[in-house]
Amino acid sequence: MTPARAVRVVVRYTFVCAVLGFFTLPLLWLAFAPFDRDPSIAASLPQFTLHNFRELLDNEQALRSLRNSLVLAAGTGGIVVTLAAAAAYALSRVRLPGRDGLLYALLLLSSIVTGTAAMVPLFNLAYELDLIDSQLGVILVLSGGLLPSAIFILKDFTDTTPRSYEESARVFGASPLQIVAHIVVPLIRPGLATIAVWSVAQVWGNFLIPFLLLRSPEKSPAAVVMYTFYTEGGQPDLALISTFSLLYSLPVVVMFLFVSSRYGFRFHGGIKH
Amino acid sequence: MAAIELAALSKVYPGGVTALDAVDLTIADGEFFALLGPSGCGKTTLLRTIAGLEEATGGAVRIGGDDVTALPPGRRDVAMVFQDYALFPHMSVSDNIAYPLRIKKVAGAERRAKAAETAGALGLGGLLERRPGQLSGGQQQRVALARAMAYRPRAFLLDEPLSNLDARMRLEARTFLKRLQRELRVTCVFVTHDQAEALALADRIAVLDDGRVRQIGTPAEVFRRPANTFVASFIGSTPMNLLDGVVTGDGRVGVGGVPLPAGEHGLPDGERVTFAVRPEYLGYGTEPVPGALPGRVTVVENLGSAQLVTLDGDAGSVQVVVDEDVPVPLGATGYAAPRPERVLLYRRDGELAAPEAPHAGA
Repeated sequence: MTPARAVRVVVRYTFVCAVLGFFTLPLLWLAFAPFDRDPSIAASLPQFTLHNFRELLDNEQALRSLRNSLVLAAGTGGIVVTLAAAAAYALSRVRLPGRDGLLYALLLLSSIVTGTAAMVPLFNLAYELDLIDSQLGVILVLSGGLLPSAIFILKDFTDTTPRSYEESARVFGASPLQIVAHIVVPLIRPGLATIAVWSVAQVWGNFLIPFLLLRSPEKSPAAVVMYTFYTEGGQPDLALISTFSLLYSLPVVVMFLFVSSRYGFRFHGGIKH
Repeated sequence: MAAIELAALSKVYPGGVTALDAVDLTIADGEFFALLGPSGCGKTTLLRTIAGLEEATGGAVRIGGDDVTALPPGRRDVAMVFQDYALFPHMSVSDNIAYPLRIKKVAGAERRAKAAETAGALGLGGLLERRPGQLSGGQQQRVALARAMAYRPRAFLLDEPLSNLDARMRLEARTFLKRLQRELRVTCVFVTHDQAEALALADRIAVLDDGRVRQIGTPAEVFRRPANTFVASFIGSTPMNLLDGVVTGDGRVGVGGVPLPAGEHGLPDGERVTFAVRPEYLGYGTEPVPGALPGRVTVVENLGSAQLVTLDGDAGSVQVVVDEDVPVPLGATGYAAPRPERVLLYRRDGELAAPEAPHAGA
């Protein structure tokens, strides 16, 4: 090995290590700080304790907020998956003038709907509909924001499902509902799982909408409640925040692992190409 | 089991494309019937209209005497086997075969028993728990047939049943299909673009072109007496020779200046006709004889047990099937003599003029 080449190798690996460290350190902090008797912002080997967890389990607000997050995520996920599947199936099977234009317009607008730009009108709308401080209001707004992208992604799945499956079932006398239940849903199940995971993750991490629309702390989800964890001295309560963060991130990770192991494949065959 | 009757059936797509143009057709009970034609001729549309997957814009479909024109596919009591088989990929072979029974609300245990029985009859016994994706093309086709059988329909509709199989499997499946239809004695309509398939399988064939029926007949009738030049050129594994000719008197027809015998015909002298004869029905020789078309050998195609020789002469290109033992050097001059009893004459409008039909209605 020539010296010049050796230098290049050293530089390359140093760079990779730096990048790796940059991304790993926050995760290390998340892994270690909850078990530390005296956590700081630095990631360090903890003086091991489970005290932080005991404290968190005694914190009623923290646990309730996780339940609230679950309600919001499940509600939104349910609405998004059901409506997006129905819309995507209809859009891919019915000829509609300006169909693609409609889809793209929706997609474009959706990024605005749940974004900061629409904060004031959204608040006004919720106020007029008497949906302020209501979890239903949050679920509806979040669903509205997620639906266009969900429809767009699912339409790709329904488009690639050959019509002959459905026609075959029709000739045997299956009703439209039976066709959807027996044929279409199982075939696009990987797509449905993708949309479910994606929308739950979106809701789980959404801070702005619930912060905006919910008043009472007992209705707030975890993402909002975490923002309120300060010590009496006005300092962020790192012990509570780190422990809560770990607990907060676990459901999404578990869900992802479960869905990916269950639906991380697609059916092949049945139609001869 | 039921006869299928189509009366002036029309299908015009929005935008004005006519897929079916007043098709009249009667398919007898228990008949194996082929809809044959080139791609885009409307044969698949016709099949789908019988199934109810396409709505007719005019005319009527009657199955077993009942007018089903306005009924949805599920209430017509027909089973369709799709070109791609359309087996549900997320269901096992057993569940696929039993699917029509599931729709009919048959209990689970009975469904499974029925599926196993049907699968056994079609040689699919050991495959019940497999997914369609784990089967060969031939097995997939039989699963699709088993599913159709489990439905106990009044008629089977098959869309290009053999086109997705490789050449060897195709012959096997053809024989299998014909035997199955004989045993079930069920009315069976199938669509194909392959004339050999239609000739081999069908009791009767309807040749379609451009949304219209050009000829209906048994395979022998369609092969021996194509009603027009379209059917003549479409039927036969080697294309029929269609040559311009003029009736010259004493029953002969002049083709490229050579008077050829053409059997009995009542056409007046001087009438311009198309002289048609299959390559199989021409004698090949190297010596000039009366009633033979001369030409230079330009192409020799080996057909296995025979060779297809193309002669280029004054009459245009003439193809002759020659025995495998006869040496045919390229560039040599050959003579093709048509067998007069196999010659067909078509009028300028493409309709068959001679010989006359042997008996009325054939």
